[in-house]
Amino acid sequence: MNQSGSVLLLVLLLVPLVGGLVVAVLGRGGRAERAAKLTALGFSLVELVVAIATWVGYDPAGARLQLTFSADWIPPLGVRFSLGVDGIALVMLALIAVLVPIVIGGSWAEKLPEGRTAAGFFALLLLMEAGMVGVFAATDVFLFYVFFEAVLVPMYFLIGRFGGPRRQYAAVKFFLYSLLGGLIMLASVIGVYVVGAERLGTGTFDWATLVTVVKDAPASTQIWLFLGFFVAFAIKAPLVPLHTWLPDAGAEAPVGAGVLLVGVLDKIGTFGFLRYCLPLFPVASQELAPLVLVLSVAGVLYGSLLAVAQSDLKRFVAYTSIAHFGFIALGVFAFSSQAQAGAVLYMVNHGISTGMLFLVIAMVMARGGSRTISDYGGMAKLTPVLGGLFLVAGLSSLALPGTNSFVSEFLVLIGSFPNAPVYTVLAAFGMVLAALYVLWVYQQIMQGPVRGNALVGLAGGPGAAVNPDSDTARASVSDLSRREVAVLAPLVALVLVLGFYPKPVLDVITPSVNATMSEVGLSDPVTVQEGNSR
Amino acid sequence: MTVLEAAHTSLGGFLAQVTPIQAPEIDYAAILPMLIVLGAACVGVLFEAFLPRYQRWSWQVALTLLTLVGAGLALVVYLRDNPQQGVVTLAGVLSVDRPALFLWGTLLVLAFGAVLLIADRSVEPGGAFVSHAAVRPGTIQDRAQAARLGMQTEVFPLTLFALGGMMVFCASNNLLTMFIALEVLSLPLYLMCGLARRRRLLSQEAAVKYFLLGAFASAFFLYGVALLYGYANSVRLRDIAEAAAGTNRSDTLLYAGLGLLVVGLLFKASVGPFHAWTPDVYQGAPTPVTAFMAACTKVAAFGGILRVLTGAFQATSWEWRGVLWGVAIVSMIIGAVLGLTQTDIKRMIAYSSVAHAGFLLVGSIALTGEGLSGTLFYLLAYGFTTVAAFGVVSLVRTADGEATHLSQWAGLAKRSPLVAGVFTFLLLALAGIPLTSGFIGKFVVFSAALKDGMAPLVVVALLASAVAAFFYLRVVVLMYFSEPSPEGPTVSVPGSFTMVAITLGTVITFVLGVWPAFVLDWAGAGGFAFSTT
Repeated sequence: MNQSGSVLLLVLLLVPLVGGLVVAVLGRGGRAERAAKLTALGFSLVELVVAIATWVGYDPAGARLQLTFSADWIPPLGVRFSLGVDGIALVMLALIAVLVPIVIGGSWAEKLPEGRTAAGFFALLLLMEAGMVGVFAATDVFLFYVFFEAVLVPMYFLIGRFGGPRRQYAAVKFFLYSLLGGLIMLASVIGVYVVGAERLGTGTFDWATLVTVVKDAPASTQIWLFLGFFVAFAIKAPLVPLHTWLPDAGAEAPVGAGVLLVGVLDKIGTFGFLRYCLPLFPVASQELAPLVLVLSVAGVLYGSLLAVAQSDLKRFVAYTSIAHFGFIALGVFAFSSQAQAGAVLYMVNHGISTGMLFLVIAMVMARGGSRTISDYGGMAKLTPVLGGLFLVAGLSSLALPGTNSFVSEFLVLIGSFPNAPVYTVLAAFGMVLAALYVLWVYQQIMQGPVRGNALVGLAGGPGAAVNPDSDTARASVSDLSRREVAVLAPLVALVLVLGFYPKPVLDVITPSVNATMSEVGLSDPVTVQEGNSR
Repeated sequence: MTVLEAAHTSLGGFLAQVTPIQAPEIDYAAILPMLIVLGAACVGVLFEAFLPRYQRWSWQVALTLLTLVGAGLALVVYLRDNPQQGVVTLAGVLSVDRPALFLWGTLLVLAFGAVLLIADRSVEPGGAFVSHAAVRPGTIQDRAQAARLGMQTEVFPLTLFALGGMMVFCASNNLLTMFIALEVLSLPLYLMCGLARRRRLLSQEAAVKYFLLGAFASAFFLYGVALLYGYANSVRLRDIAEAAAGTNRSDTLLYAGLGLLVVGLLFKASVGPFHAWTPDVYQGAPTPVTAFMAACTKVAAFGGILRVLTGAFQATSWEWRGVLWGVAIVSMIIGAVLGLTQTDIKRMIAYSSVAHAGFLLVGSIALTGEGLSGTLFYLLAYGFTTVAAFGVVSLVRTADGEATHLSQWAGLAKRSPLVAGVFTFLLLALAGIPLTSGFIGKFVVFSAALKDGMAPLVVVALLASAVAAFFYLRVVVLMYFSEPSPEGPTVSVPGSFTMVAITLGTVITFVLGVWPAFVLDWAGAGGFAFSTT
């Protein structure tokens, strides 16, 4: 077996994998629950350290793919076990490594359905982390596909075993949607392999090699292959007609899985656009860009409107995500480096802000025991810290200047405008709607007098007017515990730091985005330069 | 002159006129595995005749397993120094080429797993096979019989005969040999289907159905052979190919013969519209026999299909390919869609096997090196997964025998997480999720098809796999997410035989999913050889 390169990414892949197995063995049959949880947290923190090392080891001005590792896997098919990162993958890996410890902390006291063990839950979370690292780090198309499908299995069990009341339905729906997309993509993966083999003489799945040959394929071939990849990614990153699994899966998933599902797993879709659709099929990407732009703007408006109308807290978050994914897709397919860099930054920021929103909402639900928005009211009077952090998460989600999302949303819109002015203007309405849905939900839950079945029922019996200062109310609805504050604190810090100083992340992203643009064979439109100088 | 002397003289004169028959050259080393299997089958029959009843089981099991190991060793020894292009022996009747050797090896290892399941007596006390059809299960007589006499052991020589037939079938170089091999493999299978101890009516009905439909299929096959003989004046595959390549003979004979022949083959492989027997027989036959049938018959039948299509009809592929496209699509759709509606786990796996037959046919009609090696790999991978899956099915039981109704599987993960975990893995392999052999199998078959310009067929196949995934998933949902019913099935502690079989199948399913390179190399080591004399 000949192998070469840096083992850093291999370690990044193996740590959570080993961790998941260790936790599963440790907590078999419900024993040693606390030890299993601590082990899981330990492994996720080790992973974070490795990820930081990876970040340090990456040179933004260096080669297209760095920290590569490659070993023979299935020589008869030309499959290699190749890992490597560009800036886009690197920021996603960092996001995963940051989110998983937070998610483990956030799920520490999760109420699991009867007969399920916390060790099983944490083991699956770690296995999923390993799968996601694999998806973003793979530079062999076959390997990417393997991780793409394999990551479904832990997520399926996370939703189906640990989720809410309709978890079976949601889990099966999630799995079938993703599997269908994956199988359609498999046709295209094979197609790319065949096209590559025809041109090179030998079959290979190496991404960097395929990029150089597949882009010369005839336009009709490219369009078919593009569509195969695109459908799979559009299901993952839910673009509008293919999004219906997300509200169910997001609503039924346990909060930890929900954060990873919406925060990271769905980014495989948008990452896939950037890594596979654009460089492999530049002609098709440009031909079909109008279609994608229509879908993304539809996603922005449709997701926002439905988010306004939701009565269920978790579905609300899921629909806001559909709107955000519309923005990301708009940025990717507007074909300017500014918009694409904004889209990648958006992927990170959305993971942070939606992850935080999910966690905050889970904390609200842990206190009220209900998912319905109208069961709450005036909660900030009982739990001021929770109220404040809810507001921070919400403002980050609606892209208030000074929060992280503002930078990315602004970059996407300003970068998209020269190439796709109409779509950009339409998408900008999404910002208005975002303010509407976030502030409205915040107002309903946190502001005004204490009311709603979930709170009043707890505090003073049904229908009773509650004095927020009364002892009963304080005793039953407590504010955030130290664990919960510790879980949210890093996210608040990231929201603010990336809001004011996004440069370190953008510096990593920009060279890779420029490389992607040149692989598509495009350079920035001149108008952007003018816009900057104005 | 006495009468005797006169007879002697005339016979001598007669013999003098006849030129002595030239004995054909026989490459014994090449066909040794086959000879071992068939010889041991005859020895097994003698065991039945001469050994006292209480000794038979142990002798038969030992003989059968040793035979399979011995044949496997003979195969390995032969593989080390055999010619790359293969050997045609027995007057051009058999060709022992790379695909044939791969198929033989596959058949032997799969049969090893299936025989382990057949031999197990701990899961079903007294074995899964009936002694006297008139004795009802669970009665005093039945228990006495189980305790005193053990299981009926004819099933072992029958298995070996069927296996020998399969080995001849996928190596035979002319259609007549192929037909005889078809009968040798089929007749024991018909019998074995009817031997179930539990639910005998179902089992016997399955045997009758299989026999009647199988007889029809054999007739089709033979009629096809006759028409092809009329066309080419030979039953040799190579002669038919030559006749088809450049003559002005009647195409009607050729295509009618080809059609009938292929119907017979597709029936055995349980493809598409010729699958009607599959669900009933899979359901009715004793589960270990179902495992043997599902794995080995499919290997042999597709071995035959590959050989016939490549050997005799490659030149005319433009004419028949469209038809087989249709057959493959029908098979995949029937398997995937009807599988959705099944409530019995064995019937469900039967429909899944119909869908898989469709996928295999996609690879078989590619007629390229990749198509051949891909199909061979798929057969091996699918066979192991199936044997292990039926092994698990035989473990999940109620007091009345196997609990095959799907509702009885609810909440199995709670009762027995290990069995549920193994079965989930096998189902994911059948669905073709990466890191299982099923995925690699699908991948190699579909990439061969795509390379050969069958993109629409590949898309249909992938959509069919998505539909089929739903019913595999339904079982996973039942096992993991549903509450167990109070009178649900228990899971037997597997005897060592069943455990070895399940472990073997599961481990190979995993290994072929993660590290398939060495098997892919074997499968792609060489093409068919056909006699030229």
